[in-house]
Amino acid sequence: MREQDPLIRVKNFEEVNCGYTLEQALNESERCLLCPDPACVAGCPVNINIPKFIEAISAKDFRGAYNVITASNLLAAVCGRVCPQETQCEGVCVVGESLEPVAIGRLERWVGDYAIKEKWSNVPHIEPSGYKIGIVGSGPAGMACAADMAKAGCDVTVFEAFHQAGGVLKYGIPDFRLPNTVVDAEIENLRKLGVKFECNTLVGRLFTIEQMRNELGYDAVFIGTGAGYPSMLGIPGDSLNGVLSANELLTRCNLMRAKEFPNYDTPLPLGKRVAVIGAGNTAMDAMRVSLRLGAEKVYCIYRRSRTECPARAEEVHHAEEEGVEFHWLTAPVEILDDGKGNVRAMRCIKMELGEPDESGRRRPIPVKGSEFEFETDQVVFAIGTNANPIIGQTSHLRLNKRGYLAAGDDLATSMAGVFAGGDIVTGAATVIEAMGAGRKAARGMKDYLRIRDIETGSVGEAGIETFFGIDLRERNFARIRAA
Amino acid sequence: MLDVNAGAGFTILAREDFSDVTYSLVIRHPLMARAAQPGQFVIVMSHESGERIPLTIADFDRDKGTVTLVVQAVGKSTKEMQQLCQVGTTLYGLVGPMGVPSPLAGKKKVVCVGGGLGVAPIFPQARGFKENGAYVIGILGFRTKDLVFWEEKFRACCDELILCTDDGSAGMKGFVSDGIKHAIAGHSNIDEVVAIGPPIMMKACAEVTRPHAIKTIVSLNPIMVDGTGMCGGCRVKIGDEVKFACVDGPDFDGHKVDFNDLMMRLKRYREEEKAALDRWSEHCRMMNQAPPVLKGRGVANSPMDLPDPFEETLGG
Ligand SMILES: Cc1cc2nc3c(=O)[nH]c(=O)nc-3n(C[C@H](O)[C@H](O)[C@H](O)COP(=O)(O)OP(=O)(O)OC[C@H]3O[C@@H](n4cnc5c(N)ncnc54)[C@H](O)[C@@H]3O)c2cc1C
Ligand SMILES: Cc1cc2nc3c(=O)[nH]c(=O)nc-3n(C[C@H](O)[C@H](O)[C@H](O)COP(=O)(O)OP(=O)(O)OC[C@H]3O[C@@H](n4cnc5c(N)ncnc54)[C@H](O)[C@@H]3O)c2cc1C
Ligand code: SF4
Ligand code: FES
Repeated sequence: MREQDPLIRVKNFEEVNCGYTLEQALNESERCLLCPDPACVAGCPVNINIPKFIEAISAKDFRGAYNVITASNLLAAVCGRVCPQETQCEGVCVVGESLEPVAIGRLERWVGDYAIKEKWSNVPHIEPSGYKIGIVGSGPAGMACAADMAKAGCDVTVFEAFHQAGGVLKYGIPDFRLPNTVVDAEIENLRKLGVKFECNTLVGRLFTIEQMRNELGYDAVFIGTGAGYPSMLGIPGDSLNGVLSANELLTRCNLMRAKEFPNYDTPLPLGKRVAVIGAGNTAMDAMRVSLRLGAEKVYCIYRRSRTECPARAEEVHHAEEEGVEFHWLTAPVEILDDGKGNVRAMRCIKMELGEPDESGRRRPIPVKGSEFEFETDQVVFAIGTNANPIIGQTSHLRLNKRGYLAAGDDLATSMAGVFAGGDIVTGAATVIEAMGAGRKAARGMKDYLRIRDIETGSVGEAGIETFFGIDLRERNFARIRAA
Repeated sequence: MLDVNAGAGFTILAREDFSDVTYSLVIRHPLMARAAQPGQFVIVMSHESGERIPLTIADFDRDKGTVTLVVQAVGKSTKEMQQLCQVGTTLYGLVGPMGVPSPLAGKKKVVCVGGGLGVAPIFPQARGFKENGAYVIGILGFRTKDLVFWEEKFRACCDELILCTDDGSAGMKGFVSDGIKHAIAGHSNIDEVVAIGPPIMMKACAEVTRPHAIKTIVSLNPIMVDGTGMCGGCRVKIGDEVKFACVDGPDFDGHKVDFNDLMMRLKRYREEEKAALDRWSEHCRMMNQAPPVLKGRGVANSPMDLPDPFEETLGG
């Protein structure tokens, strides 16, 4: 797949991966063995029928391929770009045992992009069920739940605190990895299903979850407010000017468009030598954004080794190509100031790996006497997040020990008719898992409302047009209410 | 670009100019008017390419479905709003109420202190305490008589009102901290002091009450982005803890707040703020719209002598 040259792309926010051409997509699709008992399907958190959509591509039935994917995954163009395929579908692909695995993600993205280009959105016939559903948060979890409930004939409204919908897809993941136009196209598809978006709405404070159920007439509510609340470094100097969370950096840059300051009002003064602490996707994004904003040197400081690094392999590779300097097995000890409240340097310590810890990864242990200091004028931390407290503060919903919303197997919370999923339940995870949770909660909601779910069985049968898993000729959405 | 919020917009129903730097906006938002509690704030975006700026809810009218903001024009965004936000226009974004409401019940005697940009924000608290049956002593600080506003509004809900001006042109001559000393001298049984204003003023107020061990609540105003606890930009040091002012506050125990840390962090974007203001003023000149010139304020030449609105406003 064509990529922008690293030397050129570090100066722009255009997408790094240019995506397959038609020919490349057809060639790649030929590599799939169409296994009868495919490992990749089991490896995908939402069990997309992967061989089936790849088969459709090679038969040049692109619409068919799109229908197969959207039967399980609402956001093909998004997930094709951001899923950690190497630990999911592609990680277990049998071709991968001897050769490069089939590039499932790239094919999925190609189909998704093709659909956006062709403006495919065959809205199924939806029989109104009369139910009113409120969705809190417009990230992937909320969007997935909204789509399923809209298809079940419900009147769905998504409430978002920011002035734009999309959650992390908008404010977190930068344009060069996931263009906002792709996210907006997916949102537009939801609107075609009849989903309404209310931005500028901080649920919990403007109205509570209890009020949604009792006063505002929502028959069921889904909470997908994401994680947020960045963890602090907790080392001396961490409140100096020039020390900020990756979330702040990315929000200023992506959502508030500080990269276009002063045409946009939000500023983001950037250091020349930026140290980013952490090595997850968020950290990689912060590093690559810093480079594009003009940093001369960007360091990655991570206390474990490259093997334990949680980011997508492709992102680490891209960051390396773009010139990020990786310091594996290194932990920050102190941030030093210049006497005026700004960052001047950072002191770090070398680590070595010991016995495995609770997470199964080898525990990093400081090496005595290995402290060293280096010059930096900006420190960005991306060391994880804690639960956002707002819903907890303003409702009686039960929380778990770590402060996240407690939800059962069907993602029902402690309040009847209220469901929750995504990062606010599991802690920071992935787009596809959040989406899977949104769909699972939708199933729970339909059970709760006794809406008959006819989804299974209509997926991609020969000759039958489906959309998001719904047979286009299926009109049978009449609700059956228990007396 | 797709605007999922197309058609929304928050209409400005009334506006009043208290001086050439301070103005109030009455905005229609029935749900917010219903939800707002004293101590809470909103985040405003005046237009699509604007900044998200936090402003305290200075008043709300549940019957009329309106909230009132009082803004001091100190930089690009607030000056631009001073020009653009006319009656009948709309704001691109308005979200809230944000922050934890101030607890008002159970107090017998309280002192509510507002200085500079903190005068309007203290009003809902003063009224709320009164409604909860407390004896309310209001202390307001202004630089000079011409800048005084809302005196009648405060008189209506305060049992005593101490007006302070720097030059003594109205009320007593002195800072609000002097006003607090005066109040403490006259009342031995004050349960709580609530102070809102520039950090330097709140710090001074906390120092006055500390020896008397009177509980002192301050409302912190760090730089914010989202206001939903997601970015950590608004973090403040309270004792040995780090808190996010937007979701854990903005009210905190004034005796524990690290004000020096707050004041240092507020200077973070000074150069960019100045660049934005200069560029905008230049733009206004080109468009032949004189930007509102502030009385008694020279044009700064280097970022470092940009007048600090917080240091300049009265108090401390
Ligand atoms: C920088 C970054 C890069 C990432 N990269 C990847 C990647 O490459 N691949 C991958 O799979 N995953 C990645 N992730 C993780 C992934 O984005 C998240 O797991 C996923 O977005 C979680 O979805 P969600 O719907 O639970 O929440 P979010 O996407 O966080 O959305 C929650 C939304 O709810 C809104 N909200 C919060 N509180 C309220 C309230 N009270 N009222 C109304 N609205 C509210 C928020 O503003 C937000 O828009 C990344 C995350 C980050 C931060
Ligand atoms: C909880 C809270 C409540 C507030 N209530 C009011 C109020 O009722 N009335 C009022 O006039 N002002 C209030 N402020 C301050 C107001 O938000 C800032 O004055 C405004 O953002 C300045 O924007 P500007 O572009 O005009 O000025 P700039 O040139 O950007 O900055 C001028 C000054 O404002 C500070 N500032 C800049 N951006 C922000 C920001 N995003 N958040 C906080 N401070 C900032 C800077 O430190 C600087 O000293 C409040 C702030 C907070 C955090
Ligand atoms: S959604 Fe993710 S895991 Fe599933 S097939 Fe697509 S890329 Fe693979
Ligand atoms: S403003 Fe972002 S966390 Fe408070």
